[in-house]
Amino acid sequence: MDKTRSTLLMRFVDISLKNKLLMSLYVVAIGFLLSTLLLLMVGKSPMVMYNAIFQNITGYDLTRHRFNARYIGNWLMLSMPLVLTGLSLNFAFRSGFFNIGAEGQFIMGLTFAQYFAFVLPPMMGLTAILAVLLGGVAGAMWGGIVGFFRGKYQVSEVVLTIMFNYIAFFFSRWFSQNFLPDANSYRAANFPQEALLTNSWLQSITNNSQLNNGIFIALIALLVYHLVMEKTVHGFSLRASGFNPMAAKFSGIAPVRSAFIAMAGAGAFAGLAGGIVYLGSFTFGRVIQGQDGYGFTGIAVGLVSGGSAIGTLLSGLFFGLLNAASPLMQSRGIPREITSMISAFVVILIALEFGIKKRMQSWLIGEQVKRAQSTSEHKDKEGA
Amino acid sequence: MNIFDISFWQTFLPSMLMISAPIILTALGGLINEKSGIVNIGLEGLMGFGAFTAAAIHVTLEPQLSNGLSVSVALLGAALIGMLFSLIHAFATISLKGNQIISGTGLNFLSSGLTIFLAQLIFNQERTNPFKSGMSGLTSYKIYPSAFIALAVMVGVWYLLNKRVFGLRLRACGENPQAASGAGVNVKRMQYIGVVAGGALAGIGGATLVLTQTIQYTGSLINGTGFIALAAIGFGRWTVGGVSLASILFGSAMTYALMSSSNSGVIPREFFLALPYIVTVISLVLFDYWKIKRLGLS
Repeated sequence: MDKTRSTLLMRFVDISLKNKLLMSLYVVAIGFLLSTLLLLMVGKSPMVMYNAIFQNITGYDLTRHRFNARYIGNWLMLSMPLVLTGLSLNFAFRSGFFNIGAEGQFIMGLTFAQYFAFVLPPMMGLTAILAVLLGGVAGAMWGGIVGFFRGKYQVSEVVLTIMFNYIAFFFSRWFSQNFLPDANSYRAANFPQEALLTNSWLQSITNNSQLNNGIFIALIALLVYHLVMEKTVHGFSLRASGFNPMAAKFSGIAPVRSAFIAMAGAGAFAGLAGGIVYLGSFTFGRVIQGQDGYGFTGIAVGLVSGGSAIGTLLSGLFFGLLNAASPLMQSRGIPREITSMISAFVVILIALEFGIKKRMQSWLIGEQVKRAQSTSEHKDKEGA
Repeated sequence: MNIFDISFWQTFLPSMLMISAPIILTALGGLINEKSGIVNIGLEGLMGFGAFTAAAIHVTLEPQLSNGLSVSVALLGAALIGMLFSLIHAFATISLKGNQIISGTGLNFLSSGLTIFLAQLIFNQERTNPFKSGMSGLTSYKIYPSAFIALAVMVGVWYLLNKRVFGLRLRACGENPQAASGAGVNVKRMQYIGVVAGGALAGIGGATLVLTQTIQYTGSLINGTGFIALAAIGFGRWTVGGVSLASILFGSAMTYALMSSSNSGVIPREFFLALPYIVTVISLVLFDYWKIKRLGLS
């Protein structure tokens, strides 16, 4: 028997270490396992949770044997902004920056998307897209300021983005109450019809869900992210400065510019998310009451995704699914917060993953060395 | 509202102390945390755990015990729970050397989920049951004991960090862990102590917040107070005095914003609510600008 051949366990560890998506799958699986245990511990049926999730993916209600496409539509609708805020984290993360500020960039995006929805001249099919794009620009500027300070003066982007989240929140409340038509402390006038992302065809095939044109914006954003990151010099230099800032600096990549681009790009994705949520799911201008959480959940989306476009899509769909299924769970008697618990478990597991990975690596190398030694001893004996 | 009127200060000062105390407690906890070399952006979440625990304990014990005793048990419970959950952060970042920001974010997620989850199980609603009376004010101006707790912690932390060998060792672990380790300090143990002490104080911070400012725990109760504490650490330049003063300044801005009715003044109310964050951004940028200029880096 060939002793240099690795055991099944070793090969499993090896494959897992090389594949980021596989690691994410384990993390999600453990997250579900922990939540299942938690539900059992408090005497609730985990099947309710799994049924609700199944129903949102397939539209089929296992308990009443009925099909309703609206569940699928709403799942996709809730996933779109999360895909975008996930891209926001990834775009900065792969450049070496931690963007905790997607929430604030999201808020800047929705604030200006709403504003432009009212002030742009009504053009069929164009006003909504333009307003969302201008929201993206607002988000990009909000992120870009942080990137500039980070690149120029080395101020921690983590602390700055946290501060900027709250500044954005209070700014948005003040701005919306003063600059949107007929605004009071919680709402403004109805949007003009041309400024809505509503798509009657998408609605009709999903039994009147709220699925809207935002889905195309999210898909195009995914494509742009993929092309910029993997196919352009820009993307390469961004990834390089994230991977090794020193080396990047010496090879002529300007730190201020790359920090600015990384954070502005991140802000643009989050800003678009704000636009599509507020022009896609509501028919009237809103004054935000609290942080919606899309930006914070985006952190989890990005961390689980492993950084690729396809990973972000899958991860966004996963967290969108949790959000979509939670009201269904609540109505069937298990606290809907179980879904935020799954997110929490997943994020904490990812924080632990780094250390666990290192242990796995050193274990693997140790095993390989041991095996190599024992074979060479074996050969020595044979030789003698 | 006239700031030259004595009645303004009679309302303002007690409220300011009430609002500042949780910020001071949490910020000093975060300071110990950061001095040991571990950043914890999960302070917000730890405050949430503390506030939920305190509210749940107090509302349960209130009918049986005297107010003072029930409040004390609630504070103690909040501190313990804060310590327990900060252990997750300590394990992830110290033992496994994981990313501190991810782990802290995880704590925040866990707090917002788990507290409401438990509230649904225990109280059948998305909040704890309301208690009859929280901490009782001490004088006719209703200054809460939380202000004195904060003052005691302020003195204690200052003494511990600056006058004791323990504090020196803790700071050494943050500033130069190799040197500390070379001098025979158990760096991992010190960092564990730093993080867990931070968790205890953040838990107490959350507890004092819920026991003085409201009558129950809800999901939107903490609403950024932990992040204000984080801002106070940076704005206070990582010294006990600076952090405490920054917390009081931020507490004052919030109090003023709450007292001013919306849209009445020339400066909008939202500006005062955003002030802690704006001031912190400006100060961080300026300090780092000066640092770079002094070192001649650009």
